[in-house]
Amino acid sequence: MNRALGVIALCGSMGVLLNACTKTDGPAPSAEKVSADAAFQKKLQEQLLDAKPGSVIEIPAGTYHLTSGLTLRGDGVTVRGAGMEKTILSFKGQVTGPEGMLVYGNGFTIENLTIEDSKGDGLKINDGDTITVRKVKVQWTGGPKVSNGAYGIYPVKTRNVLIEDSVAIGASDAGIYVGQSNGVIVRRSRAEGNVAGIEIENTVNADVYDNVATNNTGGILVFNMPNLSQPGHSTRVYKNKVEKNNLGNFAAKGTAVASVPAGSGIVINSNSRVEIFDNDVIDNQTANVIISSYHSTGYFTEKGVAAGYDPYPKAIYVYGNRFKGGGDAPDGFDLKALKIAMYGLTGHLPDVLWDGYVDTKLMVKGVLPPEHRICIQKDAAVLNADGPNKYKNPSKEDAPFRCELAKLPPVTIAQLAAQS
Amino acid sequence: MMLTLATRPLLAAACALVLAACTQSQPPVSFIAEGNPEKLSDWHLMAVSGGKLNLNKDVLPYDLNTPLFTDYAHKLRTVWMPKGQSAVYQADTTFDFPVGTIISKTFYYPKGGDGRTVLATTGNGNNSNGGAKDGDRLDLASMRLIETRLLVKRAGGWIALPYVWNADQTEAVLSRTGDQIPLEVLHEDKRSNKLTYVVPNVNQCASCHVADVKSRQFEPIGPKARHLNRDYTYEGVSTNQLEYLAKVGYLSGLPANAATAAPRNADWSDSKLAVDARARAYLDINCAHCHNDKGAANTTALHLNMGAPANLHLGLCKPPVAAGAGTGGRNYDIAPGKPDDSIMLYRLASAETGIMMPELGRGSAHKEGVALIRAWIAAMKEGCRNES
Repeated sequence: MNRALGVIALCGSMGVLLNACTKTDGPAPSAEKVSADAAFQKKLQEQLLDAKPGSVIEIPAGTYHLTSGLTLRGDGVTVRGAGMEKTILSFKGQVTGPEGMLVYGNGFTIENLTIEDSKGDGLKINDGDTITVRKVKVQWTGGPKVSNGAYGIYPVKTRNVLIEDSVAIGASDAGIYVGQSNGVIVRRSRAEGNVAGIEIENTVNADVYDNVATNNTGGILVFNMPNLSQPGHSTRVYKNKVEKNNLGNFAAKGTAVASVPAGSGIVINSNSRVEIFDNDVIDNQTANVIISSYHSTGYFTEKGVAAGYDPYPKAIYVYGNRFKGGGDAPDGFDLKALKIAMYGLTGHLPDVLWDGYVDTKLMVKGVLPPEHRICIQKDAAVLNADGPNKYKNPSKEDAPFRCELAKLPPVTIAQLAAQS
Repeated sequence: MMLTLATRPLLAAACALVLAACTQSQPPVSFIAEGNPEKLSDWHLMAVSGGKLNLNKDVLPYDLNTPLFTDYAHKLRTVWMPKGQSAVYQADTTFDFPVGTIISKTFYYPKGGDGRTVLATTGNGNNSNGGAKDGDRLDLASMRLIETRLLVKRAGGWIALPYVWNADQTEAVLSRTGDQIPLEVLHEDKRSNKLTYVVPNVNQCASCHVADVKSRQFEPIGPKARHLNRDYTYEGVSTNQLEYLAKVGYLSGLPANAATAAPRNADWSDSKLAVDARARAYLDINCAHCHNDKGAANTTALHLNMGAPANLHLGLCKPPVAAGAGTGGRNYDIAPGKPDDSIMLYRLASAETGIMMPELGRGSAHKEGVALIRAWIAAMKEGCRNES
């Protein structure tokens, strides 16, 4: 899997970047429109500068072309459009940013609007408590390109986060990406055409449910990256539809998601206490579920990983999902070869692909203690890809995975407590 | 005899202020405690007269050992404090300034002579290299003023106010939402490039001036001992800036023999100094306001402040976290010995919004700065030893 993960997604060449960045689509807007949009931008940024706790900034229907990223610093502010399809902030001509909108503040709500074609991330919310993103679409309109911004909806180092009824399209890293946060709900949202559809990274206590992830490289990802201040754990991924995430990986080489094979449904990398249940996981051509270690990403270096980082997935519980199709056309030479060798030309990899890296230090008489195990539902076959031995002896061995783990409690966050 | 000795420093300071006053006739500097004054001239920090931009009495100019790169602009930095007030010296952090302090930074370029271009000179971007021979005034016949940014310490903390100069160079007007100014910059090798010079909006000012995202405290960056510990020509005499600030009463608590006792960053452009010291000074002023363990970029675990240990958090063999296309297809922030495999170099060399670092404050690459970082990485020996 190491090589398989490494050979894909080499589209980060400068040529691609340069071409994408100098292209302009459609007729140029009229001078009147340019000047009206400049006035709009100035007024909106002034409102953001002057916002006080309780301020509601309403943005009327219309498509506005902005040349500068919007920034908000302040607590208790709501930014509200007239509707996801009605209020559109376009950053196609962005000169400075790099985000479409950058927010530092607690009690922030953004709803009913679209942010599109920002040079960097679409909506970045850094270090805040009680963050609500509702009916917000972030998209790149020119199709999958490495020059698209990395993240669509991007709360990082936040607490009490609610993302609902939102849409992310075309991110060159992750459409909806929650990083280094605590207490997160992502629900009723749609991610398509991104490298990663929905990604929960280094986050503690996240519920991801009732979402649709389709046509991404990987549908829903739960990752732990090294060197960060907080390792993540305790994520529940349930009742989602994760279908046909077979898009060629277009991430820049070197990014974590560049190691994700096209055709990945739900991917867990180096995270712990992750529960995956009641999902419809369909036709993801590498595998419907991948469980892997940072060791198989190809980025593990002796010096580049902080001491104390745990690269192994642990306490992973996959149960009650409905798997269909998938595994029939895995991405990357090694996985293709593996599939053909084990399952023939017309066969398919099983629903769950495990890279085989295990924390042997924790083993007692050759087995992991129950609380660290990977437990997979009875009807799902598991392929151990034998990563530690350079993928020489992959094996199908379901029995060790037939176990159960204690279930995680639901995530509670301030916004939903207030609603009920 | 005793008396004379004791009063000498005070007398010297008084003379300095009298001398400065003789050449100028501006109303006194006015600290405005509330609101957003529309014109730079409302503050009376500086005034245009006789074809020159003259600093007001007690408005003290200074330079930094290694300044932030801003599209080859030169910067005239000043500090002013109310009478009897002084900042308190800190060895490693920004000095503790009194309420009423006004810090200004005027961005300007030497004119290209064709009425259209401005010059990119390869000096280090300070004022003393801008051709301003007195250090406290700028000749407007040869200089184009772009903007003056103020940091004002009010009772509630620091605020930032960006003022943009008009075409006649007679006044600068408040532009809280920032501005975008087209420029054509002519380089020493006769090449020129067009760029959109970006004046930050007030919230973008905080992107650099809030070095601790949790406290959200807004702070000046330059007035730290390690940046200021250098000479400047005051009244025709080259003097250590820290000592001069103390002498005029703007700085208290300065250690004895400050020039040697206080920390000092290298001048990045001084090729006589060690490349490591120059590179670290360059990263410190250009990157560390975000890239420190408390800063906005602590989400990436890359710490580039002076004094941060040279380990993976300095980027050595460190895989990126949120770089997106900013990786440039490279695996590590710094691949020791291999600048062309290092994300840091790629992002410093880019002028593309969304890829370049720093992410704000420039529209062009700093060729000489990039060359320095390239040399620094190239000189590193040990590789990363990838697992595979």
